[in-house]
Amino acid sequence: MPPVLELRNITKRFPGVLANDRIDLTLNRGEIHALLGENGAGKSTLMNILYGLYQPDEGEIFINGEQARINSPTDAIHAGVGMVHQHFMLIPVFTVTENVMLGSESIKVGGVLDRKTAAERIREISSAYGLAVNPDDYVRDLPVGGQQRVEIIKLLYREADILILDEPTAVLTPQEADELFKIMHSLTERGKSIIFITHKLREVLDIADRITVIRRGQVVGSTTPKQADQNKLASMMVGREVDLKLEKKAAKPGAVVLEVENLKIADDRNQIAVDGISFQVHAGEVLGVAGVQGNGQTELVEAVTGLRNALEGHIHLLGEDTTQASPRHITELGTAHIPEDRQRDGLVLNFPVADNLVLNTYYKQPYSQGLIMQHELIAETAKTRVENFDIRTPSVETSAGSLSGGNQQKVIVARELSRPLKLVVASQPTRGLDVGSIEYIHGRLVASRDEGAAVLLVSSELDEIMQLSDRIAVMYRGKIVDVLPAKGASKEQIGLLMAGLSGQKTLKNPAKRGKSRKDA
Amino acid sequence: MAKKDTQPQTSSKKKTAFGIFLEELTRGSLLVPILAIVTGLLLGGLIVALTTEQVYTTWSESPLEAIGIGVNAALRSYGALFNGSIGNPERIIDALSSGEEAAIRRAFNPFLESLTKSVPYIFAGLAVALGFRAGLFNIGAEGQLFIGAITSVYVGFALTGLPAIIHLPLALGAGALGGALWGFIPGWLKAKTGGHEVINTIMMNYIAFRLSEYLLRGPLQRPGSTNPISPFIEASAQLPRFFDSPIRFHLGFFIALAAAYGVYWLLFKTRIGFELRTVGANPKAARYAGMNIVWVTVLAMSLSGALAGMAGANEVLGLNYNLAPAFSSGYGFDSIALALIGKSHPLGVVLAALLFGTLRNGALQMQIAANVPVDIISVMQALILAFIAAPAIIRTIYRLRTPEDDDDQLHVRGWGG
Repeated sequence: MPPVLELRNITKRFPGVLANDRIDLTLNRGEIHALLGENGAGKSTLMNILYGLYQPDEGEIFINGEQARINSPTDAIHAGVGMVHQHFMLIPVFTVTENVMLGSESIKVGGVLDRKTAAERIREISSAYGLAVNPDDYVRDLPVGGQQRVEIIKLLYREADILILDEPTAVLTPQEADELFKIMHSLTERGKSIIFITHKLREVLDIADRITVIRRGQVVGSTTPKQADQNKLASMMVGREVDLKLEKKAAKPGAVVLEVENLKIADDRNQIAVDGISFQVHAGEVLGVAGVQGNGQTELVEAVTGLRNALEGHIHLLGEDTTQASPRHITELGTAHIPEDRQRDGLVLNFPVADNLVLNTYYKQPYSQGLIMQHELIAETAKTRVENFDIRTPSVETSAGSLSGGNQQKVIVARELSRPLKLVVASQPTRGLDVGSIEYIHGRLVASRDEGAAVLLVSSELDEIMQLSDRIAVMYRGKIVDVLPAKGASKEQIGLLMAGLSGQKTLKNPAKRGKSRKDA
Repeated sequence: MAKKDTQPQTSSKKKTAFGIFLEELTRGSLLVPILAIVTGLLLGGLIVALTTEQVYTTWSESPLEAIGIGVNAALRSYGALFNGSIGNPERIIDALSSGEEAAIRRAFNPFLESLTKSVPYIFAGLAVALGFRAGLFNIGAEGQLFIGAITSVYVGFALTGLPAIIHLPLALGAGALGGALWGFIPGWLKAKTGGHEVINTIMMNYIAFRLSEYLLRGPLQRPGSTNPISPFIEASAQLPRFFDSPIRFHLGFFIALAAAYGVYWLLFKTRIGFELRTVGANPKAARYAGMNIVWVTVLAMSLSGALAGMAGANEVLGLNYNLAPAFSSGYGFDSIALALIGKSHPLGVVLAALLFGTLRNGALQMQIAANVPVDIISVMQALILAFIAAPAIIRTIYRLRTPEDDDDQLHVRGWGG
């Protein structure tokens, strides 16, 4: 039997970049094939070619042994290829049925939508594959994991045989991720085939049948979980030895730098996002705030850095009440802020790297003398920063937007950590970055801690929290569920806290809870 | 990726205005405006041909001849356009060889008159461009221009007995101040209440138009006149002219060039310009960086208004010496188009303004010599603008590649932004 999908010799050039260089890939029926690679390695380009969004310059696609012409996503769907994007393509105010029907509506006589038949099929699909979804629920009421299941049902509804999952676990709690893996297995048992795109090495080893690693547009090797381990995969991805275990000395906590008292914050829709939380961060320690995204972390960081007003409560920075302080004043007190969304908040993409490196110090000596900006000095300083922080850019006059994500983040890190600091607020500092950049940025954060800065780290990557933190605070629905020392904390324990189960229950019967989940 | 492999280079080239401009040219983002102008001219010629009656009457007898007549008509009108805006080469040679001073003046007048006509375009274009850079869509240049004209004409005739060295700067400054006030109001409304500057500047335009009508029929009306017209300004407030009649070329042209340099210097050399551009390019990042967005917005609108006010001041102090209701032929509105053509860069604005001034000047000659209505020029300007606003059309016609980072989009946030 021919493989269900075969990509032969796929080459795709963009101006100045060879995104895919003679890539071969085969996918067998009932297989989970992990596609592993750094950001910008060419994974997305390859998948966009398969999904019909790009046309390859060279190469052929075979589906079930027959050459396929895929010129558009419509062609891809007809050929049985479906894709779950990292950002869901759902309409929140529609029901599950309506979302699934969208684009392939069943229609009764006279153009009336036949919701009933569609809902019936959705029920069939969800029971056949173990995708617990109620067709009548509104998508906005579903948790992220549920929304993802709707995306998968959409593909099955269109009778896709080849499913591409693009970074599907990025938005899930560890428990939800486990749930997804079960679904993936039940899909492959019933003859579906899956391409699983990720950069999380542990997941690849857990779930994939085969692994293909891509680096700089080329396939650098194929392996199986049995033959590989995390270090081997990481070095294949990066092309050099990578130190996955971060060596750090024990923390030497000093005086309190940041104190948050009974803080209440509203989000953009005027809903309470942070609901009366209190904590302290000491000099020389990393406080990690764990939690699934959207549980108030964003608003907390914005309040601490002066970008959002609190409804109630106080924030003290170095003893000064900064609850109402401006972002500039907070920065001048010695705060670094690595923002959650680097492209939205942290950079001006069409400005040169040099200007971005002085984005919040441009007005000070020596970068400005009176009214005049000292462009030559700014460029010289930028060159030093670019070297010190290993920012890969053609020149300091290159616009920040044309750098890779990892290098954009390094620009922000270089800017924020090159000042004398008392407090470092880092929000999702390595999201979407490659292994090499993550390693680098982690090292820099720990170095700041060792130099005596207090570090407030917010991340939805549990691995990152566990590796860097000295203490871990878990946020759920605007509250801090628990604060525990990182030493001795287990992933399962924090995962359950992230899902809103209080610390006490977790510690009492972790075994029982795990069992009941399986039974369900 | 190839980008990652390149090591940091050490190049410390100092950026000049021309350097940046050239850079944009070679990057292809100026190719679209240039092609848009060429395409607009070609289509304008086609319209001239199509509106020539003779083409239709000859068509049934000999289509070939009809086409010839059409092409001829287009060429004749563009010839007239050239003679009227740059100068008739034969006349220039004749005048030079005759050595007669008046003849030489007349021969060179078209070119100098084009420069004179471009002065208000330069100022108003800079006004809109400055707003664009700060992310603001100043539709109110026309109103600001009216207010600038009113304040400068008032200072021009009301103050008497001052030497020109004091009176002229005062009158110009009054124009800038009046425009600045008219820009400040929508700027302040935007920053404090979020009221969109597009709506508010349009409203401010109406207020300015009606206000000027009231003033010209009331307090500012020339004594003894029944027409809505202001008194003549004092000679000491007039912008000096460099040649005898009929050449109207005056000092305002050089003040406009200096203003262009000033805007360039402010935008790219000072920290205020850095703040302005940051707020325009990414207001979220500006807030993150601790910039005062309220202040920057108010300042940008006020400066924009001041430049537009200068456009009005130059018209009354340099050309008319008085204020009448129809003194502006929509400079403030055309300036939106030319700020777009000039890519919101001061040098680009100056070049686009020279183009507009030349076209406007030549249009009159075209009407007289080739009997082609002036409106053809408006149609051409509209076409050029349409092509620039929708670069996809030009890219499709000339099979240009879409740039990776699309710099061609407006420097402006959308509604409610």
